[in-house]
Amino acid sequence: MAIVAQSSKFGTYGRPVLAWAVGLLFFFPIFWMVLTSFKTDADAVKPEFLFFFTPTLENYLNMTENYDYWRFARNSVISAVSATVFTLFVSVPAAYAMAFNPSRATKDVLMWMLSTKMLPAAAVLYPMIFLAKGIGLYDTHILIITVLSLINLPIAIWMLFTYFKEIPKDIIEAGKMDGVNTWGEIKEILIPLAWGGIASTALLVFIFCWNEAYWTVRLTTIDAATLSKLIEGNRAPEGLFFGRLSAVSTAAVGPVVVLGWFCQKQLVQGLTFGAVK
Amino acid sequence: MGRIVLDKVTKSFGETQVIPPLDLTIENGEFTVFVGPSGCGKSTLLRMIAGLEDLTSGNILIDGEDATEVPPSKRGLAMVFQSYALYPHMTVRKNIGFPLRMEKMSQAEIDERVEAAAKSLNLVDYLDRKPGQLSGGQRQRVAIGRAIVRDPSAFLFDEPLSNLDAALRVGMRLEISEMHERMQTTMIYVTHDQVEAMTMADRIVVLQAGVIEQVGTPLELYHKPQNVFVAGFIGSPKMNIFSGPEAEKHGAATIGIRPEHTDVSMSEGTWKGTVGVAEHLGSDTFIHVHNTGLADMITVRISGDISVKHGDTIYLTPQAEQIHKFDAQGLRIE
Ligand SMILES: Nc1ncnc2c1ncn2[C@@H]1O[C@H](COP(=O)(O)OP(=O)(O)OP(=O)(O)O)[C@@H](O)[C@H]1O
Ligand SMILES: [Mg+2]
Repeated sequence: MAIVAQSSKFGTYGRPVLAWAVGLLFFFPIFWMVLTSFKTDADAVKPEFLFFFTPTLENYLNMTENYDYWRFARNSVISAVSATVFTLFVSVPAAYAMAFNPSRATKDVLMWMLSTKMLPAAAVLYPMIFLAKGIGLYDTHILIITVLSLINLPIAIWMLFTYFKEIPKDIIEAGKMDGVNTWGEIKEILIPLAWGGIASTALLVFIFCWNEAYWTVRLTTIDAATLSKLIEGNRAPEGLFFGRLSAVSTAAVGPVVVLGWFCQKQLVQGLTFGAVK
Repeated sequence: MGRIVLDKVTKSFGETQVIPPLDLTIENGEFTVFVGPSGCGKSTLLRMIAGLEDLTSGNILIDGEDATEVPPSKRGLAMVFQSYALYPHMTVRKNIGFPLRMEKMSQAEIDERVEAAAKSLNLVDYLDRKPGQLSGGQRQRVAIGRAIVRDPSAFLFDEPLSNLDAALRVGMRLEISEMHERMQTTMIYVTHDQVEAMTMADRIVVLQAGVIEQVGTPLELYHKPQNVFVAGFIGSPKMNIFSGPEAEKHGAATIGIRPEHTDVSMSEGTWKGTVGVAEHLGSDTFIHVHNTGLADMITVRISGDISVKHGDTIYLTPQAEQIHKFDAQGLRIE
């Protein structure tokens, strides 16, 4: 009895406390960043102003002059949105084909796709740079969009494949009897039934694209440089300023956080749509 | 029109052949039932006719035309699935109208046909609901509605009633039979329930391991089963089948006698045994008899009620003209 009581006590109090502790631990750096973004550059490095300081919006107001934020932001939006659209455009038909017309090779193809994610990116860094420069695509949107799409395709196909597998085969076959062609099957049956899964895949791919740093930093200089490049570069001509840097970093991760926050409801709804049978 | 001919069709999944070469003709307007034990290839055969499964070899002719390579929707057939397979994101109205929309029919005509189908299936009040808000029986009716609106040359049913409870099953059975009487359209109906087969079919095709054991009207199968398998499969309770000296007396390797063709007496008769269990249904009594020396158990069916109890000695007399005789290969001897 005592053990039961204890364990249920842990369930009521211990678990939430633990969850909050872990949550706060992960959240702290972000919290610190946001906090710092409201300090002046001078205050930012003074330990006595860690929590208590006079907040200022100066860093945000000067962001455009200090860092040319909007140009990088525009590049981020262009490359992340285009790459997400392109990824879905390829992965939906690919996952559809593998989920509903599997062949003996389907499993191997899936494993092979996953295995490409195991290749260290650094291994192909120089070939990629030489290739990009050789064909004249270095520091272009086309290159960044292509690279972002390619590195996200395996995960997108895997996710969609799992969602599509949930759709009863009978429904697809009923569609065949009712006279839908392949495109109709995707448009009339697959997308409406799996839109929750497709939306969460899209969101995830978008977040990955937005946050991608390894390639966007190395394959761009100015024209196609994204917010990752801006943060990584972090060099204002005058030196390192934590207040300004925190503001620009906050503004860089902000859109994704806001997007995730707004999509939360739809995503949960989409994922629990269930009722397929 | 809806005459379907299977010409030496076979089906293999990888190395395993589930349908050896098979010939079958289904006449226009006929209600044909495929029946057989689980895994015998009923669904596979139906899906081959539907076009959902490729043939390994052979041909399928629909109304005289080779349909082997024709895609499912172009065969003029409609299928009703065991799982209903409704589109969960569409209302009942959209579900029923879907095949017509795919045919690019005008919206006015779609509405008209959907209304008509809904009326005949008692679905008018549910047209704006989604499948998730319907009962099993209603869903099945929507699935049938979706098949009817296309005005197909034949209907294919794959165990459409097996997800329904017993009472509903009987009701839907009648509805489908009435639908057939009214429309006189070819129907192929797969079931493993031999009561459904007997009550609904014009012709029954008994399958075992992909092989047709017998094709015939329900009464032909009942009175003249061509082999031991059909004899044991058709009829409920099952026919009593046994070999041995008693069979040899009748000049056969195996004989069979249906439970309802055995007379019972407490004092005298051909075979003597003891009562195991007596099942009283009111209209009938099933008596399971042991220790006859013929088989582990002999079942007899008496019309009306009879008072016997466990352990009673009982005498059984088979009606001589109702004994089915089979040779060593299990084939019927006339
Ligand atoms: N896609 C498949 N791949 C491999 N074998 C299959 C496949 N589909 C069916 N089979 C096999 O073919 C045989 C016939 O299957 P089928 O579904 O036609 O049986 P059935 O008579 O409809 O049985 P049930 O009454 O259980 O529905 C079975 O042995 C089954 O295992
Ligand atoms: Mg089946």
